[in-house]
Amino acid sequence: MSPETTSRAFGLEEPAAPKRTRFEEFWRLFRRNRMALAGLVIFAFFFGSAVVGWVLTSGNRPLFDPALVRLQEKLRPPLATPQATSLKPEERPVGGRYLFGTDDLGRDVFARMLQGAWVSLTVGFVAVGISVAIGIFMGGLAGFYGDRRIRLEQLLVTAVLLAGASLLTAGWRASGAWMLVLGHAWLFWSISPWGIRCRKSLPAGLRFLRKNTLMVDTLIMRFVDIMLCFPSFFLILTVVALLPASIYNIMIVIGLTSWEGTARFVRAEFLSLREQDFVSAAKALGVGNLRVIFRHMVPNAIAPVLVSATLGVASAILTEAGLSFLGFGVPPPHATWGNILSDGKRFIFDAPWLTFIPGAAILIVVLSFNLFGEGLRDILNPRLRERQ
Amino acid sequence: MNVDAMNAPQEVVLSVEGLRVYFRNEEEVARAVDGVDFEVRRGETVCLVGESGCGKTVSALALLGLLPRPPGEIAGGRVRFCGDDLLDRDEEALQVVRGRRIGMVFQEPLTSLNPVFTIGEQIAEPLRVHLELPESQIRQRCLQLLHDVGIDSPEQRLAAYPHQLSGGQRQRAMIAMALACGPELIIADEPTTALDVTVQAQILSLMNRLQHAHDMSVLYITHDLGVVSQIADRVYVMYAGVIVETGAAQPVLRNPRHPYTRALLDSLPNRRKRGRRLYSIPGSVPHPAYKPAGCPFHPRCPRAIDACREHFPGMCVFDDGQVARCPVAAGRKLTDWCRS
Repeated sequence: MSPETTSRAFGLEEPAAPKRTRFEEFWRLFRRNRMALAGLVIFAFFFGSAVVGWVLTSGNRPLFDPALVRLQEKLRPPLATPQATSLKPEERPVGGRYLFGTDDLGRDVFARMLQGAWVSLTVGFVAVGISVAIGIFMGGLAGFYGDRRIRLEQLLVTAVLLAGASLLTAGWRASGAWMLVLGHAWLFWSISPWGIRCRKSLPAGLRFLRKNTLMVDTLIMRFVDIMLCFPSFFLILTVVALLPASIYNIMIVIGLTSWEGTARFVRAEFLSLREQDFVSAAKALGVGNLRVIFRHMVPNAIAPVLVSATLGVASAILTEAGLSFLGFGVPPPHATWGNILSDGKRFIFDAPWLTFIPGAAILIVVLSFNLFGEGLRDILNPRLRERQ
Repeated sequence: MNVDAMNAPQEVVLSVEGLRVYFRNEEEVARAVDGVDFEVRRGETVCLVGESGCGKTVSALALLGLLPRPPGEIAGGRVRFCGDDLLDRDEEALQVVRGRRIGMVFQEPLTSLNPVFTIGEQIAEPLRVHLELPESQIRQRCLQLLHDVGIDSPEQRLAAYPHQLSGGQRQRAMIAMALACGPELIIADEPTTALDVTVQAQILSLMNRLQHAHDMSVLYITHDLGVVSQIADRVYVMYAGVIVETGAAQPVLRNPRHPYTRALLDSLPNRRKRGRRLYSIPGSVPHPAYKPAGCPFHPRCPRAIDACREHFPGMCVFDDGQVARCPVAAGRKLTDWCRS
């Protein structure tokens, strides 16, 4: 007799674990963490105003026009009413007041802040999206296929092919084409029966490339170490100075230089998840490797990634603001918090609100993100949860 | 116990011949499985018994191609499943067999279930991977499976996460996953070790019932001789990577021929031994990299003679059809000792 029939026969309630879903459990813990909750609320507020700001400041005749120059109204303090009578009706600020004052060209700082909020948050999210995608991919590769080996020869051929392709796109046609031809010839030779036959009689250098292998894990993780050796802000600065200034380039460059932490996290998680029983169980059910990785392992490894991504958003916003402050960021007609700050620093004693307002906005957003991220980490990591 | 099934000659579902699995590192080679032969016929329950580390689980993983390679390697042998060789197959061809034709139940139901998915999603996984069914049928089948393995109110359980179920329910869910595609063979790797005795009895009777209902064969890996006596049709006793004794379950348990099997049975507590000190086998299992020469059991064997130290014993057939790897017990001459 099964236990169910007995319990039913005696009218007993079957013992069951608390019927909470993971999300409910998570939310219950999260609500207890006041700081994290505050971070989330502040962030939600900024996110909302960024979306609203994007709607209100774009289009042909926006409600708040961040690019509207009123030279006669320059450097007005916050909450000032427009004085000049020469203003056309459509140049008057909404509500009859400059909420955050005006800058040295008489542009409405509130409108510019709204536009900048959208830019800052998009840069933050897209850059982190890129870095997390690369980080999960590289870390997953190192963690799951880490003990596979690559022959030095294969590495070299790949390098030659890549170099050829990039030379071609960069405009050095002849050398690029030569590299590509060389790479392909090598590839064909090494898999052709003739190439396999004379494996023994190769010169020492070639035989070295053939015989020696490198672990995928070593390859990727040492590359991560190399990337971490560069002071990343200066690396970004260099790349941005070389590339044409655009908001997309900035997102991509920040994304490409900040994936190392995620890769390390994901690798570490994968190394331990790979040995878990449920992964062998999934394999024993005939699930393929890719499905095991993306359906069974990534959802389990995502918690620390989420935390580092949240903290990453804060640092990406800071990096973008720093770049814009130094004049390497988003090009001028677009307002970002960084370049409002940078424009305002010349008038720091005459018009302190020009530096104070974007500075405070950056501070608050970054702080809220850090609080939220720390809260997430406390909740998602059971070992830290015990302390509370 | 299925007595009719034992007498009639039957189709062999799984046959393993001379399987060797080695684990290699820089300094040493651990011969975890060192030439193992066994077979499972249709509809029968075969138990693979032995101490921890004797190579039971490794054999099971190796025949499904689940061994981590490296460090593991299959150094020899053949695994035939319904006629075709499993060791020859590449990964993709193996995936078609795993889960669909051979189901596997693991030891720890809690860690073998993915904590982030509901039971329903996990039972649906093999169905999604192997059978191209519409979503509604998948749900139907999941409900049916949960019902089959005796989980009540299946609709609610489908949406439950592993941590919301009790240990027995989890193992039932694991069995449902293994059954999902209607396999011909189920490999159960100590499925009741993590459960308490009453739940263990329920799970065993459940497996027995399902086996007859679906006409499956079961390869049951365990170290628990009590379980063997409850469910096995035939039994293979393993020691240090080799099979030391085999035969129909009841004769082997009642009248063990190999000194190791006898010692195992002697170290079980029972009513007649009440008040006496329980027997324990002296020494410990040899490290798989440093097995003694000759019979692997000779340092611990009460009946060992000089020849045991030098010659690896072959399988000896006893008068009543039982087979054990002990020429001393069989009273053979030294000349018959060479490996068969």
